[in-house]
Amino acid sequence: MKKRIYLDHAATTYLDPRVKKAMEPFWIKEFGNPSSLYQEARTAKKAIETARSKIAGLINALPEEIIFIAGGTESDNLAIFGIAGARKGHIITTKFEHHAVLNACKELEKRGFKVTYLEVGKNGIVNPADVKKALTDETILVSIMFANNEIGTVQPIAEISKIVHKKNVLFHTDACQAAGYLDLDVKKLGVDLMTVNGSKIYGPKGIGFLYVRKGVKIQPILYGGEQERKMRPGTENVPAIIGLAKAFELAQKDKKKESKRLTILRDYFIKRLLNEIPKTFLNGDTVQRLPNNINVSILGVEGESVVLYLDEAGIACSTGSACTSASLEPSHVIMALGKPYEYGHGSLRFTLGRRNTKKDIDYVMKVLPPIIKKLRSISAVKA
Amino acid sequence: MADVDNWYYSDKVKDHFFHPKNFITEDPKQGEFDAMGEVGSFACGDIMKMWLKIDPKTEKIKDLKWRTWGCATAIASTSVFSEMVTEGEGMTIDEALKITPQEIAWRLGGIPDRKFHCSVLADQAFKKAVENYRQRKI
Repeated sequence: MKKRIYLDHAATTYLDPRVKKAMEPFWIKEFGNPSSLYQEARTAKKAIETARSKIAGLINALPEEIIFIAGGTESDNLAIFGIAGARKGHIITTKFEHHAVLNACKELEKRGFKVTYLEVGKNGIVNPADVKKALTDETILVSIMFANNEIGTVQPIAEISKIVHKKNVLFHTDACQAAGYLDLDVKKLGVDLMTVNGSKIYGPKGIGFLYVRKGVKIQPILYGGEQERKMRPGTENVPAIIGLAKAFELAQKDKKKESKRLTILRDYFIKRLLNEIPKTFLNGDTVQRLPNNINVSILGVEGESVVLYLDEAGIACSTGSACTSASLEPSHVIMALGKPYEYGHGSLRFTLGRRNTKKDIDYVMKVLPPIIKKLRSISAVKA
Repeated sequence: MADVDNWYYSDKVKDHFFHPKNFITEDPKQGEFDAMGEVGSFACGDIMKMWLKIDPKTEKIKDLKWRTWGCATAIASTSVFSEMVTEGEGMTIDEALKITPQEIAWRLGGIPDRKFHCSVLADQAFKKAVENYRQRKI
């Protein structure tokens, strides 16, 4: 079997073996339904409450401010529909949010809400002054991601939250991509709601949490039992919750060291890409970006073709090209940077992770330039 | 490698994508071919150019070359089209005009549904080239 080099950690991560080990007892041995009264139930209940306290401690929140939920998309949806269900008015978000936020907001527009989609700067960073300008007396919620999933740009959340709170408006951030690298202290960030999931931090898929500051009223989007204080009914996914807490703990513990290591690797990779492949451009700010994100547009080639050639060479990465979506539109993130279509279709995203080393980057830089050369040689577009 | 085994493109698509036939790496010089057709746009993510050499008496396609900026399906479908019209003694213009996107997809062993409308451009590029060829002759 040929060696595989995985460079798509922003899509999802493998499970940390320590996380798997923490989850292990809860499949067969400790299988109880936490809502029941007997011993099996009490063990499960205790485990999820311990997980809740652990997570709360890591983000400087209270245990009752954490709602376990099935992943990032559900968490974003609960934040947005949860706030909108309890109030009427205007919502502010950005043009380059994750679809879990963007399409939730579009649905709210259909239901009569007014939504402002803020432009982002050419470097992929939201200008807090634009948020200030967009706030009206009707605004009920601002939702801006902590770090962008495609280009990894880190948003000035603490600065924006101050502006938002001056107007007494609630602030939600999707921190899924940030959770492995940045400090998620909700007090320092000044957020009222925050989304985190397991699948980007070497935890299980299909699990996440929503932080909701005490005193902030939200309307549930699902109805059923009394789990998660009725905010997310349904029997708890106990093994996944335990795994999420363990993964989050490990990610937060290692974040400084891992960020330092990956930043060096990232900058080395970016430098080589820009130097060795002509007509290649970095998308997003060079400094204010996640330590693991590399996103470039390579002109004269189409992203899907490059991804498939790289796959054949043993490398996994992704593209913002339209050819990977059903919409036929290139990445809304690259387009939000104000770049021409060709940049979107020719964009490649490499996201580093725990197993990657300089050797992997050197291998990519050995195989990628000839691939680009070949595809450019048959391309109808001159790079 | 499981991920490659599960690739949603057929072996035939892969073959033409990784080893495309009849492409040229430089735009040809004036007069080297009898007509050229270009379709697609940056917006949709595929641009294709096709050049024809036609026998004026028999209207048979003597040569067909192409260049494509696009995804795997765009590259593979153009490559297979170029093979279809030039194999054997070469089709006549009228025979080649009858080739439908469905036939191209069939020759490729099928292509993903959502790729069908956006990426099979070879027949359109060919029609454009033929249009240009006939206009020039009149």
